[in-house]
Amino acid sequence: MSDALIRFTGVSHRYRDGGREILRDTDFQLARGEMAFLTGPSGAGKSTLLKLIALLERPVKGEIVVDGQTLSKVRTRDVPAHRRQFGMIFQNFNLLPDRTVFDNVAMPLIIRGHSGDDIGRRVRAALDAVGLRGREKDWPVTLSGGEQQRVGIARAVVAKPRLLIADEPTGNLDPTMAAEVMHLFTRFNEVGVSVLVATHAIGLISRLPYRILKLEDGLLADARAATGDGT
Amino acid sequence: MSGAKRVSTAPTAGSRWLLDHTRAIAATLDALKRRPFGTLLTALVIGITLALPAGLYTVLGGLDAASSGLKGSLRASLFLSDSLDEAAGRALQATIARKRGVAEAKYISRDAALAEFRTHSGFGEALDILSDNPLPAVIVVTPDAALPKAEAEALLNELTKLPAVESARLDREWLERLYAILAVIERLVLLIAGALALAVLVVVANTIRLDIASRREEILVLKLIGAPDSFIRRPFLYTGLWYGLTGALLACLMVVAAGLSLAEPAETLSGLYGAGNGIAMLSVDTVFAVFGAGGALGWLAALWTVGRHLGAIEPD
Repeated sequence: MSDALIRFTGVSHRYRDGGREILRDTDFQLARGEMAFLTGPSGAGKSTLLKLIALLERPVKGEIVVDGQTLSKVRTRDVPAHRRQFGMIFQNFNLLPDRTVFDNVAMPLIIRGHSGDDIGRRVRAALDAVGLRGREKDWPVTLSGGEQQRVGIARAVVAKPRLLIADEPTGNLDPTMAAEVMHLFTRFNEVGVSVLVATHAIGLISRLPYRILKLEDGLLADARAATGDGT
Repeated sequence: MSGAKRVSTAPTAGSRWLLDHTRAIAATLDALKRRPFGTLLTALVIGITLALPAGLYTVLGGLDAASSGLKGSLRASLFLSDSLDEAAGRALQATIARKRGVAEAKYISRDAALAEFRTHSGFGEALDILSDNPLPAVIVVTPDAALPKAEAEALLNELTKLPAVESARLDREWLERLYAILAVIERLVLLIAGALALAVLVVVANTIRLDIASRREEILVLKLIGAPDSFIRRPFLYTGLWYGLTGALLACLMVVAAGLSLAEPAETLSGLYGAGNGIAMLSVDTVFAVFGAGGALGWLAALWTVGRHLGAIEPD
């Protein structure tokens, strides 16, 4: 047992409709408490790598271990339980438009069967953490893109996971909002949450002191080791 | 690293179950209330579909009750030979009345028969042409209602063989025909109910299918954030149940309304046949059956549809 939270060993993947290999013999680790960025050109396999972690895809070859659990051994009906172990953040936010901010953020807790009081407390705390205190009753469409993404982040952290996975979280945001969102990730990392962010916002992340992994032609390489004490 | 496991306020399995279902019930009722017109329309279709067999069954129950009122009228008319005078006829009537299993024996003399015929037949004037009374004296025998049917028949058969009896008629053939017709109708109602149950299934299944399609995005998001299938399925199953139960309620109201509007003519009709007491109202059993069938069909239809369509919605 290493202390890696995520470990890829010789992982290769290609989508079923044939085509090229998206990931080729990838080895990669994310330590507990680490924050790292995953970059590379579009179609290089950033999203695919995250999908493999979330069991949205199963690799053609190789082994993936998340928090000590070998993913190839997770049965289909246990996939939801696997996904509840981490928070996911999406480029298009994936909020439910017909529910209030509160109800969106509360959803992971409702799925887990928390009591109403507990949910109220945790949702307010999560909204507080992303700077949206008092916006519980708003509808997602009335919020700016940056605010919607912060709701998405609040939903991802509300159940207090140890790992956050974000797929192009700033892809639909202007630079100021994008910087705010990245800043939020560093804040959660500071309190011990592991964070893996796939992004092509190189300008934004090059200023931050975290490890940057580069995916190109299905091969993964450390473009830069962590420069600060990112953990 | 599951967040829930570290929480001290993690709910117990029982209260968790209750909480999950209470939430699903509240959420689905709320969703249906938010589009009352669509909900009512679907419920109305189900209501009409359920009302038809429920109504037919109620009418049938009424006919059954009315005809069992006629069961006591299994009786025989014994036409006495003209050689028997009135005194002998009355003596015979007294003998028959004392027989075991006879509830009543009524003597109708030739004159009384003529008078009755004159009033009821409308052929009174025709009778005046005849020089003498063509009608025989009659003893109408009613067996004890408690007597088993076979014994009652045997008794009547025996009486018709008495020498003083010229001919006899058993008033029960039309009753048996009625029973035969009722049996056919009963089977028909069952068939109709089966076909309409299928219709309810299809209506609810189709409504739920559209519901699933319109909430595709929501289902994808729920799957992405780790909602188990049971969680995603639950609101659809409750929605199906509510459609079925609302339809059942409407069906009962329709049957009651139909019963009220039919009450007066039905009373006249049953008065004419001297049987039953008006049309039968919806029985408690039928109400339970309608609600049970509506709820079960709605739930089953939802289960069927969800099974067919939910698996196809997977995030990629």
